[in-house]
Amino acid sequence: MKLRLDNVHKSFAERKVLAGLNLEVNAGEVVSFIGSSGSGKTTLLRCVNLLEPVDVGAIFLDGDEISQLGRDPDPIRRRIGIVFQSFNLFPHMSVRRNITLALTEVLDKSTQEANATAQLLLKRFNLDEKIDSYPDQLSGGQQQRVAIVRALAMNPEVLLLDEITSALDPELVGEVLDVVRELKGSGITMLIATHEMNFAREISDRVCFLDSGQIAEQGRPEQIFNNPIDDRTKQFLRRVQAVGKT
Amino acid sequence: MPRLPRWDRVKESFFNGERLIDSLPRLLDAFVLDIKIFAWSTPAIIALALVLAIARSSRNPALFPIRIFVIGYIDIMRGVPVILWIYLIGFGVPGVGLERPFNSPLLWGSVALVLTYGAYIAEVFRAGIDSVHESQRAASRSLGLSNSQTMRFVILPQAIRRVVPPLMNDLVSLQKDVALVSLIGPIEILRQANIDKAKFANFTPYIGAAIIFLMITIPLTRTTDYLLARERKRTSATRVR
Repeated sequence: MKLRLDNVHKSFAERKVLAGLNLEVNAGEVVSFIGSSGSGKTTLLRCVNLLEPVDVGAIFLDGDEISQLGRDPDPIRRRIGIVFQSFNLFPHMSVRRNITLALTEVLDKSTQEANATAQLLLKRFNLDEKIDSYPDQLSGGQQQRVAIVRALAMNPEVLLLDEITSALDPELVGEVLDVVRELKGSGITMLIATHEMNFAREISDRVCFLDSGQIAEQGRPEQIFNNPIDDRTKQFLRRVQAVGKT
Repeated sequence: MPRLPRWDRVKESFFNGERLIDSLPRLLDAFVLDIKIFAWSTPAIIALALVLAIARSSRNPALFPIRIFVIGYIDIMRGVPVILWIYLIGFGVPGVGLERPFNSPLLWGSVALVLTYGAYIAEVFRAGIDSVHESQRAASRSLGLSNSQTMRFVILPQAIRRVVPPLMNDLVSLQKDVALVSLIGPIEILRQANIDKAKFANFTPYIGAAIIFLMITIPLTRTTDYLLARERKRTSATRVR
């Protein structure tokens, strides 16, 4: 599995969000995207999941152009999971049903099989007691962990994490990041948009600094955080250091 | 206190116990027809309204003509008083010379109710569909569910829960508007009350009819409140006092 973005442009009305972005991600690689708000991190992930169509350029998965206009996105989305900043669990469904819905309706698994998958994954992340709870009855951290489990249950090749701790109280961030730590090394490819610099440094094989819809600089985490080359990267890191976010 | 010199006469002609007891059985008998019209119209109305609302909320560019048609239909049905549709459809359609039972005013009166209320309630459903946040759709589509699966499993269940109060409001309204069908012939409660009023030169049967309507509409409203409260309790952890 290999993901490639080729000269991707995306605008919303007059605002250019992605401006000719190029990227290659290898199978099993963990890549983090940092940069100020509006630099295009979220849009980049949403384009990969085909939630936003690209204006110009193309996205390839295993050499197959997935971004073609008019192509059925559903089979591709089964291979690419996404976890959102605001969890987006289905509030009218129990935790169990949140996880099994796509298993039974998209992958045509039996109810028993889907339940077994849900139980197994919930147990792995210490959420098995919550299987019959509803999202509103869970803490933010628990909801986000369930959202990760929901995406993982589809057994995706690529997992997109879109600022998954930004909506959480500081003391709940840790439990969610622990889940991601556990996933690293399981072979799943992860693209992570984040404001947690320490986490990006620790978890990533590669860190990309986004500015004005392009990758301004990318490299090993140590290089990006200790010896940034690009002036914009240096400025950004100075700003986040000033508010104690590294 | 203003003086009400004619109160005794009003009491005699509107609140006459003897007349009430005498006409109640006939009114209740006639009310069965109201219940029947309500009972067979409601499922048809809900089904039509859902179809209209889903069609109107569709995003497929190819369905643009259908959206335009639905919008036009809703505008026209809602823009004309219900009673006028009952006259037009109830008198007009059988007028083309249909054979029994397809010439019954009861049938076409009910059809008029379905077509008009379907349009009203379609707008209620559409408001519900629009109120479900876009991020729910994104979450569902990102899991590989199709547009129609997303509508069925994710959007509609939330939308319908949210619109139960306005929906019940419209159904209570329908329960009363069923009486309008009497104007094209069928003897339901309002017409029966009219007959009794004329026969005994006394308005008390109207009070009887009002009481019978309330016996249905008030429990209907209270039951909805109860169901909603129970649902809210089930899915949320705390409630603000």
